Amino acid sequence: MTREIAVVAFAQTDHRRSTEESSEVEMLMPVLHGALAQTGLRTADIGFTCSGSSDYLAGRAFSFTLALDGVGAWPPVSESHVEMDGAWALYEAWTKLLTGDADTALVYSYGKCSPGSVRDVLTRQLDPYYLAPLWPDSVALAALQAQALMDAGHTDEPALAAVGARSRADATANPHAQLKGPQPHGDYVVRPLRTGDCPPVSDGAAAVILAAGERARQLCERPAWIRGIDHRIEAHGLGVRDLTDSPSARLAAERAGAFERPVDTAELHAPFTSQEVILRRALRLGDDVRVNPSGGALAANPVMAAGLVRIGEAAARVHRGESDRALAHATSGPCLQQNLVAVLEGDPR
Amino acid sequence: MPEVLKAPLVVEFPFTRSLGPVQSAFLTGLRERVVLGVRTTDGRTLVPPVEYDPRTAEEIHDLVEVAPTGTVTTWAWNHEPRRGQPLDTPFAWVLVRLDGADTALLHALAAPGPDAVHTGMRVRVRWAGERTGAITDIACFEPYDAEPGQPGNHSGEFTEPLTGIVAPARLDYTYSPGRAQSAYIHALSEQRTVGERCPSCRKVYVPPRGACPTCGVATAEQVEVGPRGTVTTFCIVNIKARNLDIEVPYVYAHIALDGADLALHARIGGIPYDQVRMGLRVEPVWTEGARYPDHYRPTGEPDADYDTYKELL
Ligand SMILES: [Zn+2]
Repeated sequence: MTREIAVVAFAQTDHRRSTEESSEVEMLMPVLHGALAQTGLRTADIGFTCSGSSDYLAGRAFSFTLALDGVGAWPPVSESHVEMDGAWALYEAWTKLLTGDADTALVYSYGKCSPGSVRDVLTRQLDPYYLAPLWPDSVALAALQAQALMDAGHTDEPALAAVGARSRADATANPHAQLKGPQPHGDYVVRPLRTGDCPPVSDGAAAVILAAGERARQLCERPAWIRGIDHRIEAHGLGVRDLTDSPSARLAAERAGAFERPVDTAELHAPFTSQEVILRRALRLGDDVRVNPSGGALAANPVMAAGLVRIGEAAARVHRGESDRALAHATSGPCLQQNLVAVLEGDPR
Repeated sequence: MPEVLKAPLVVEFPFTRSLGPVQSAFLTGLRERVVLGVRTTDGRTLVPPVEYDPRTAEEIHDLVEVAPTGTVTTWAWNHEPRRGQPLDTPFAWVLVRLDGADTALLHALAAPGPDAVHTGMRVRVRWAGERTGAITDIACFEPYDAEPGQPGNHSGEFTEPLTGIVAPARLDYTYSPGRAQSAYIHALSEQRTVGERCPSCRKVYVPPRGACPTCGVATAEQVEVGPRGTVTTFCIVNIKARNLDIEVPYVYAHIALDGADLALHARIGGIPYDQVRMGLRVEPVWTEGARYPDHYRPTGEPDADYDTYKELL
């Protein structure tokens, strides 16, 4: 018998271009406390803790162990870390809860992009033999994908501009968003992508609390039940893939049960406007689905946290009664290489 | 709030990586101006070639030469090349399907401007003058209007095949240590050691990192500690560190400064290395203009009782 597991709390920082006045743990701590406070739980009550981050972003070796100071890891806690977006830490925590080893889990992630050049840092995740020596930055790779999408007739520059404009307009209702309100489509960064098609460079953190079964109902008035969650990956070589499609996102969605019934809301982790176009098609989201009411990663992109924020934002809409069935998506790797999809539902009202 | 401290930080490694047989043949081939692909069991030719079929995960090793000419499958105009990229003047990133291949290779295309580039255009390899067996042995691609190149019939066997590559990587950062550590460093520059107290368990952390690792809450109350302290434990260093001008052997110790609940570590000087002991009372030695103590030396006080520092070991 599978356990029912829900997101019962979500907190995030205000995402900003720089948080140079704070260390990572100083940036993270208020978010951890915020999520715990929503449930009344203390650190000692948490059954499992899992985090996602990358030391390459800020160039700080073992920063994830320092970040644990913010959790209060003494006496020792049951803990794990993934060098990935926090959405994958949430996946690990979900499996831990499924085993029955824990009833509650704290999931957090953080990304400080400001100390380095995130475009260059992300080249270090590429194939070290054939790609990394060329230093193809994240915008360049997304631009190759966007051009392929245009060549295939799936989008054009005005359509991409509209995605950016809609995202930043929606972000005005999100107090945590960084880039909001009318923004110019701007000059080319790497053609065909313009500044408006690219995410801001962000520092930020997020935390989510998961709970199983009755514990979830005690901790949250309307838990966001994880009806399904799955992640899939495609080949690393860009030239092997069809960059205009996302078969891994589609398969993850299928395995998560996303196609069984329509969703009313989708939080998509699409750092580039062109990637939203791909994901909408792959995930079969119609015009009646509210996509990225938070503004999405185009409004704030703390790398390693932006995917977890999507799950948190979708869950928070269920908590508030603004959604009954929401899809949350996170991505990792170049050009949507790896994708995670979760389906969240509230109890019937 | 004191000014935010910042310093440049460079993280640089020469990664030494071994090559599988297929990667070795491909990169050695580039050195010899031969482009090799690998054939999958269902008959596709992958360029660049990989050790395992990305569809079936089968081990593959059937090498086949492809032409140095090909077709652009997608492109992106890069008007501001970044450090390390193949060309330092504006260029197009391209995925190129070489004639004879079924997949595309990422590289740069030299072209006068974006108007000269389109998907479907024909290009050929421009070889680097000096080749070492690396993806950068292809300097870039260049537009090419003539007949497709004819692939040779290379077996993939080379004399002196590569067994590994050295891939240098460098990332530049601006490091800022955050609020608590900035305050600590500011105080140190006035020759004071200032920790922070946990509001919950009352422990004083030196150096402070902004959070109590036991309670998981922010520390804020600043507490000056020391300057004297007690050696809680130590080791004798016998190997000279690079770029460090200290004669070996020397002693590196954990020191519990008076008033601190966490030991910091520093070098012990002013005493023969084999006379350093647990409980030794020490004080910092500052050098002119330094932002932190050069080392700690004995105060001459009687040794501290074990019971006074056993919790700090
Ligand atoms: Zn404490």
